[in-house]
Amino acid sequence: MATQVVMPKLSPTMEEGQVARWLKKEGDKVSMGEPLAEIDTDKATMEMQALSAGVLRKVLVGEGESAPLGQPIAIIGEPDEDISELLKSAPPAGAAKETVETEAKPPESEKAPAQEKPAAEEEPSPKPEPSTDGRRPAVGRMLVSPIAARMAAEAGVDLSSVQGSGPGGRIIKSDIEAAMKAPKAAATGAPQLRPLATPKAQPGAVYGPSAYRDEPLSEMRRTIARRLVTSLGPIPHFFLTTEIEMDRAADMRQQINALYPDAKVSINDVIIKVVAVALIQHPQVNASFQDKTVRFYEHADIGVAVATENGLITPVIRAADVKSMPEIANEVRELAGRARGRKLKPEEYTGATFSISNLGMFGIDEFTAVINPPEAAILAVGAMSEKPVVKNGEIEIHKMMRVTMSCDHRVVDGAVGAQFLQTFKQILENPLYLFLGA
Amino acid sequence: MAVITMRDALNDALREELARDPNVFLMGEEVAEYQGAYKVTRGLLEEFGAKRVIDSPITELGFAGLGVGAAMAGLRPIIEFMTFNFSILATDQIINSAAKMLYMSGGQFKIPIVFRGPSGSAYQVSSQHSQAIESWYAYFPGLKVVMPSTPADAKGLLKSAIRDDDPVIFMEQERMYGMKGEVPEDEDFTIPLGVADIKRKGTDATIVARSLMVPTALKAAEELEKEGISCEVIDPRTIRPLDIETIIESVKKTNRVVVAEESHPFCGVGAEISAEIHEQAFDYLDAPVKRVSGVDVPMPYAKNLEALALPDVPQLVAAVKEVAYL
Repeated sequence: MATQVVMPKLSPTMEEGQVARWLKKEGDKVSMGEPLAEIDTDKATMEMQALSAGVLRKVLVGEGESAPLGQPIAIIGEPDEDISELLKSAPPAGAAKETVETEAKPPESEKAPAQEKPAAEEEPSPKPEPSTDGRRPAVGRMLVSPIAARMAAEAGVDLSSVQGSGPGGRIIKSDIEAAMKAPKAAATGAPQLRPLATPKAQPGAVYGPSAYRDEPLSEMRRTIARRLVTSLGPIPHFFLTTEIEMDRAADMRQQINALYPDAKVSINDVIIKVVAVALIQHPQVNASFQDKTVRFYEHADIGVAVATENGLITPVIRAADVKSMPEIANEVRELAGRARGRKLKPEEYTGATFSISNLGMFGIDEFTAVINPPEAAILAVGAMSEKPVVKNGEIEIHKMMRVTMSCDHRVVDGAVGAQFLQTFKQILENPLYLFLGA
Repeated sequence: MAVITMRDALNDALREELARDPNVFLMGEEVAEYQGAYKVTRGLLEEFGAKRVIDSPITELGFAGLGVGAAMAGLRPIIEFMTFNFSILATDQIINSAAKMLYMSGGQFKIPIVFRGPSGSAYQVSSQHSQAIESWYAYFPGLKVVMPSTPADAKGLLKSAIRDDDPVIFMEQERMYGMKGEVPEDEDFTIPLGVADIKRKGTDATIVARSLMVPTALKAAEELEKEGISCEVIDPRTIRPLDIETIIESVKKTNRVVVAEESHPFCGVGAEISAEIHEQAFDYLDAPVKRVSGVDVPMPYAKNLEALALPDVPQLVAAVKEVAYL
């Protein structure tokens, strides 16, 4: 009995998916639980598995094409079966009783250790995992030619960021060569300013409107656009800025790192901890607007904005109020690494109670951030730098940092937000509060 | 250097070795009076006489066995099979006697014998007379297997084979007897067994080819060069012992391999080369090793079908493009 495969819901916020690649060709045998395709959701690339067996008779949605949830994207049936009815009708989801369910598996998650190993260890390719129930094949197997895997390991190229051009999406030597030539993405840190090419206008030339190119929106970019429009539009934002003296916080960070060299706590990790502690002091800010109610949270789950090559994503540090700074530092590092590899599970980037966006590493002094609904506020953190400060009529040099909090006025009033920021500032300027149960 | 045919290069090698060593003699069907079914032994009876150049009855098992016995007694026989298709009748002597005698006699009897003749397809001689059976002989420890692809290689390798103290299967190709090439005239010109030759240097893909497939591979490489694809063509020349090191070195450079062979694919020499590459150079491959073999059916008699059964230039070009993802 031929059945339709429909676009599955692979992330909590997904409304449509893009077929990144088919792992089976038309005519290929498909068994239960076998990976059928990789789907780009709004947040990650997920593997889709078939829950029926047969032959992949027809692909209805090609690679790179999108389909809303529930739309048929393929037909599985017996090799010689008549599928003309299914082709003709291609009914929307729910209408077809025989609709094949698909089930999501996280993309190569922390179970694929090859990706995280240092390049020096030279892991040629991700090893297929032992199947868990004997029925399902290994998860999200990446196709890489041996020489490509070796070159990637030696050059430190993240294979998950490489688009394979070989058969079935196999990553081949030329893909790695291209990736090695490509400039490193800005997401990997403050880039060194390269000498700028300054083309000169040709004498006498008349310039019309600039040439341009249109690139289709990725699912992730589309989601960012949709979500943020639902933020700045309907949410009444207001902004609070303050400047904080960071000398003691910076000292504390150094001392912690002297005691726990492995922790590599960053200033941002300190800020996460202090925000979380301040939120517990000010529960009105650790809240969200819910149409008829305001929801207050017990713990401070801090979303940390991470820039990736594909766009912004905010992995969540759960209960940061009760975690130590070394714990937070480790968790941030691990989540950010997987975020860049598009390997976060949906529950790892949704459901924060408050978010932090830090552009200090790019030399930004201050900026405003757009609230990530339904959270009530977001803190935009600028760069820390030495500045002259007047104290008691004397000029002193201090490490200063400016932060701006965007607040949802439906939940957080001006004074409430200001009080929160005051607490935040006090703790950062006197981090001993952290140890005094501030 | 003289430009001569492979037939004459082989004839030169036989003549020089018959002249060089009185223990060398030649035996086979029609090798003497008729001067060889393919005229490889032309003039040898006249020059060396009927004691050294001997016509045998049509009894492959019999004269192969005579050869093995003569080798045990200290002579250096060259046994010609009119084609290697007929050597099938003599396999008991070749495999059970020649290949194993040194081992089973505890090193007492070396068998310095050469079994030679044309192998592979000819022109419309159909299923029973068109077989490339090198994998049969390469399979057995104790035998060396040589397959030249140029007149110079044919001469140098045959001289080495005759001087070698082990039994050597020396497979010529009927379609190549008329092929011309430069051949050194030096009487001590030999080519060591077990050393591959890089017939063409290249960087993008390696074609491993032997015998009849070498000129085909070189033509394919020329075609591909026009499209900017640089192929290295390696001729192992000796199938056993196989110079896998030269092949591996090439694979490390090009990362892509096509193995071309006239023989059937299943359990063929190409399968062995492919397996060794995967075992020794897996981390250097950008694509699975691709074999291009004769089709897996008995050779058809019809001319058009015969042509379709053999690998040709377009097939090799397509295979190289496949492994290079082009």
